[in-house]
Amino acid sequence: MTRLFSFWLSHRAELANLFGQHVLLVAGSTMIAVALGVPLGIFSARRPRLASPLMAVASIVQTVPSLAMFGFLLPVPFIGGVGARAALVVLILYGLLPIVRTTIAGLRGIDPSIREAGVAMGMTPRQLLRQVELPLAAPVILAGVRVSVTIGIGTATIGSTVGALTLGTPIFDGLAGNKIPYVVQGAVLVALFAILTDLIFAGLERRLRPAG
Amino acid sequence: MPGPAIEFRGVSFARPGRPRVLDHFSLTVASGEVLALVGRSGAGKSTLLKLVNRLLLPDEGAVFVEDRDTREWEPIALRRNVGYVMQDVGLFPHMSVADNVAVVPRLAGWSAERIVSRVRELLELVGLPGEELASRWPDELSGGQRKRVGVARALAVDPPVLLMDEPFGALDPLTRAELHAEFRRIQSRLHKTVIIVTHDMGEAFALADRVGVLDDGALIANDSASAVAQSTDPRVRRLLDAVPVIPTSASLSGTPRSASLSGERSTP
Repeated sequence: MTRLFSFWLSHRAELANLFGQHVLLVAGSTMIAVALGVPLGIFSARRPRLASPLMAVASIVQTVPSLAMFGFLLPVPFIGGVGARAALVVLILYGLLPIVRTTIAGLRGIDPSIREAGVAMGMTPRQLLRQVELPLAAPVILAGVRVSVTIGIGTATIGSTVGALTLGTPIFDGLAGNKIPYVVQGAVLVALFAILTDLIFAGLERRLRPAG
Repeated sequence: MPGPAIEFRGVSFARPGRPRVLDHFSLTVASGEVLALVGRSGAGKSTLLKLVNRLLLPDEGAVFVEDRDTREWEPIALRRNVGYVMQDVGLFPHMSVADNVAVVPRLAGWSAERIVSRVRELLELVGLPGEELASRWPDELSGGQRKRVGVARALAVDPPVLLMDEPFGALDPLTRAELHAEFRRIQSRLHKTVIIVTHDMGEAFALADRVGVLDDGALIANDSASAVAQSTDPRVRRLLDAVPVIPTSASLSGTPRSASLSGERSTP
């Protein structure tokens, strides 16, 4: 335990940098996944015929192991290759499904009489969406974002195999060079990061609940 | 004498793939009149209301609101003119009582001060005064309170027409009687054109100037409460016989219902 701390201390600049990169990668991919996933979810919640094939494709993407996904993307120009950009693309792909799925579920779960009340009060579809549907679906959508972030933190670790700098970098370096302290410190930091993030989301969800 | 506020002219309506719920249905409601439409579940009562605020459009015939076909009304403008109290109230669970009441004024672009004072006024009108109550969530209210908020919300921008779908259903008899009295008090001040649909003949008698009975997509009775009460039509009688012991509920609601049934209806 003390060895772990002293290791952290002696490598803190490096680790802080890797941690920052990791956070940036996850935060960026999550923001993009939300920006794409929520509208996609809204769009397909209204078109059941589109929703099921879309979900099927998304689920298939989800079953591809992340290591394989990085492999697939290696030869793809622009979005693929090595480095943070490829990692970002993979994280977005993985993060999308839970967000789209929960957006659809959240919108479909709204009591039809509440929607009807909004229409009968003279709301335009846009007003209905902003003032009624999205606020009511928000806790469910947030649960999807939470899952997506958790997946992202783990996947970003694997992203170091294609050269993205993350907390996975010391883990894979350690594995390659048989340096166990590297592996442990990377793993512990990733785990702490994941747990902390999850707690923050749990808090956010609690704040949203009484209103929804 | 103003023209009818609401008129159904030969309206037919069916949901896709289902039998017709309304078949060449005609009806007029005068301005300031309270009409109760009674019929069993599935008689097309809710459909009828949704044709007025254009949640539905007729397959044949036309519905006129203030002498204008609902097809020609701009839907949003029409709905601002028609308050709608729904069966299950449909309060927005993510908004406080005050915000629920303020929805339509906000949509209509009222100023913040005007909304605040209007909300206060409305909550007082429906017997729910006080800041504390206004800041509660809908799920912290009793059933009766929720219905009151529903009425306040429907009246928010002072629409001339009010549609009420089983407005006081699923309440205990006392609360129900209280709300009936409250409704008559409010109506005597506001003189809205009101259509109430209900499966309960007792409620119709307690609230309406005129009672229509809906059966199989057609009106089989359409007259003052006392005349309907004396109807000999077996379909009307069945609904009348379903009313629980009348003298008791009349004394509860505090109106001389027995007198009105014998033909000397007093207007509240």
